[in-house]
Amino acid sequence: MQTLFEPQDPAVAKKLAQKLIHLADSYRERTGIMPTFMEVCGSHTMALARTGVKLILQGHVRLLSGPGCPVCVTDQKQIDAMIELAESDDRIVCTFGDMIRVPGSKRSLQSAKTEGRDIRIVYSPLDAVRIAEENPDRDVVFLGVGFETTVPVLAAALQLAYKKQLKNFSMWATTKLVQPVLRTLLTEKHVKINGFLLPGHVSIVLGQHAYQFLVDEFQMPGVISGFETVEMLSAIYQLVKMLDADHPAIMNNYKSVVRENGNPAAQKLMFDYFEPCDEAWRGIGMIPQSGLDIREKYAAYNAKKKFKIEVGEPKKTRCRCGDMICGLATPEECILFGKACTPLHPVGPCMVSTEGACSAHYAYMRKDG
Amino acid sequence: MCVGVPAKVIEKKDYTALVDVMGTRMEVGIIFVPDVEIGEYIIVHAGQGMSIIDQNFAQASIHEWEKMASANVI
Amino acid sequence: MDRKITLAHGDGGELAHKLIQQIFVSAFGNTRESHFDASFLSLDSGQIAVTTDSFVVKPLFFPGGDIGKIAVSGTVNDLAVAGAVPLYLTAGFIIEEGFLLADLRQIVQSLADEARAAGVRVVAGDTKVVEKGSVDGVYINTAGIGIARSGKTVDPKTIESGDVVITSGTIGDHGIAILAARGELGLVTDLKSDCAPLNRMIDAVMDAAIAVKMMRDPTRGGVATTLVEIAEDFKVTIQLQEQALPIRREVVGACDILGFDPLYLANEGKVLMIVPKAEEERTLAILRRFPEGANAATIGEVTDTENGKLLLETPLGSRRRLHRLSGMMLPRIC
Repeated sequence: MQTLFEPQDPAVAKKLAQKLIHLADSYRERTGIMPTFMEVCGSHTMALARTGVKLILQGHVRLLSGPGCPVCVTDQKQIDAMIELAESDDRIVCTFGDMIRVPGSKRSLQSAKTEGRDIRIVYSPLDAVRIAEENPDRDVVFLGVGFETTVPVLAAALQLAYKKQLKNFSMWATTKLVQPVLRTLLTEKHVKINGFLLPGHVSIVLGQHAYQFLVDEFQMPGVISGFETVEMLSAIYQLVKMLDADHPAIMNNYKSVVRENGNPAAQKLMFDYFEPCDEAWRGIGMIPQSGLDIREKYAAYNAKKKFKIEVGEPKKTRCRCGDMICGLATPEECILFGKACTPLHPVGPCMVSTEGACSAHYAYMRKDG
Repeated sequence: MCVGVPAKVIEKKDYTALVDVMGTRMEVGIIFVPDVEIGEYIIVHAGQGMSIIDQNFAQASIHEWEKMASANVI
Repeated sequence: MDRKITLAHGDGGELAHKLIQQIFVSAFGNTRESHFDASFLSLDSGQIAVTTDSFVVKPLFFPGGDIGKIAVSGTVNDLAVAGAVPLYLTAGFIIEEGFLLADLRQIVQSLADEARAAGVRVVAGDTKVVEKGSVDGVYINTAGIGIARSGKTVDPKTIESGDVVITSGTIGDHGIAILAARGELGLVTDLKSDCAPLNRMIDAVMDAAIAVKMMRDPTRGGVATTLVEIAEDFKVTIQLQEQALPIRREVVGACDILGFDPLYLANEGKVLMIVPKAEEERTLAILRRFPEGANAATIGEVTDTENGKLLLETPLGSRRRLHRLSGMMLPRIC
């Protein structure tokens, strides 16, 4: 992330870190509890590791990776189906770069591409619509993964395809919502944390008010944060302060871009094209109404309805990605980590996605190897 | 969860804008930030502007961090 | 002459003769050598240095250079960073049927110009034409011959704690320039590839009797991968300062958009040097006298000579370990 709005003085971050460590230690002395927070967003996982925040807080504040990495939480069966989609000669499959190396039960999109399947990496879903326009005699399918930040952009692609009345564009959507999964983590998974570092960019769409239930129902504090060193440090500092004062609240530390009610235009387009559906999450299972699927009105653009894709039940591996995204295991606790599972030969998506807990740990925190 | 980059709007059309990220430019959609004006910054995700950056809040945050870091009382 | 390369240009007949005479020999100016199947070279050194490299670039023409230029700088730099003085090149072309002659002429001319600028002679060449679709436009292989410098060698065994790591300039320019030139991701930048032969600049450093302990050009895999290799090969710990890395704004911007790390982007006109601390300022001063070394900077130091690893100190003061590039960098949204 670039340093557009960061204090000129790098000493600010260092001082903040000292303050935060001091307060966390005194809280621990008083209560015997090390402050433990979950960073919901995978970009935070990545940024906390890259900037060294995670390392400097080690032994003072425990930071657990959460479910906010779209690739990591995608159910294996969905991944297998998306790879199966690409196995047809006449189809062009477009995807974000994130998905390309995720291992399927048989192979990854990458290996399918190596063997000549037409798989294209795009930066924007709208590029996939353009590709469909340029290839009128071939089916173009976009693999639509993502949380609330990305779903409005997926909707924009559907809108464009609809306006142009493209017959050869469709989307395989497997999207996720933040609120239901946080609720599930707190009620069913009994995740032991003292607060949430809340996602910055999802909150752009959702708004600050979306998290009030954490306080009302669970007395759980949360701070919305940006991705700069100082932003993350000050957000974690606020969390420790609220914990110390036993006064949980939802705070917005990213006011420059996150508004109380989010982005209404994005919300509207998202719900024009998508409707809530039950979604299966890797490692968690089915969570009711935790995803969005393409509305019936636009069924012609729904690849799940357009193509008959059948995949079997995926094989079980010893990969613990599912536990990782619930904050129930750390990468070092997985028997495969760094040995059978590395970025070059990933077993699970947490090692593939740059913002996956295992990948970030491998790149930035690993001690040997 | 979602990579978002601050980008400065340097040309504006109806539904798209040319933005500059530290000298690298690209075309992005602005349907979610239709009111953005040239010279303002937006957060870009997957080729779409998602939010206009409020520079006042950005400045205020910097002051807040500096105050937080230098305050003697915790 | 025809407008496009045909298979007949590669069959050894009349067309092939014309192609070689009109495009290659005229550009390289070595009419004498072209009359024999091999060139005879006189070298006044007991030890020669030999290297070879193949070049496949997409697109063939990009801001700051083309495949012809890179085919010279890549091989010349491999010789130069090994401490040798580059003297001769060979050039082998594999050309796709249907390739535009005008483009080929431009590439060959650029190769010849670059070789002249670097002070090396192209003394042998070859062309093959293959069926359409077998290669992507044109591939070039160059081999380089150089001589060892008398009495001055690069000696990594003398690396010790306190030595500094210097880059001859900004990092990642080539990687982003090429990516933008491909046009696939919609990035627009004024950035140019840094591709350039570095032998004259390196000569100046060596001639100043600076005890360069290690040199390498951080091409594919970037600065991080290159330094990891040095660290592991010679069992030294290198610690980089994140804030000291010279990176152009445009490169930072493009990396932010795509989620890339500049430390892993390719460079084609940069050298990394390990020199004694006492010679840091003198080395920087010499490098900065050259346009390709204008942004030379110290980026880190050797902190230990037992463990082979590369560390990066963040502005926050914490240190993390850097590893080789794992697979390709792909644009991501997450």
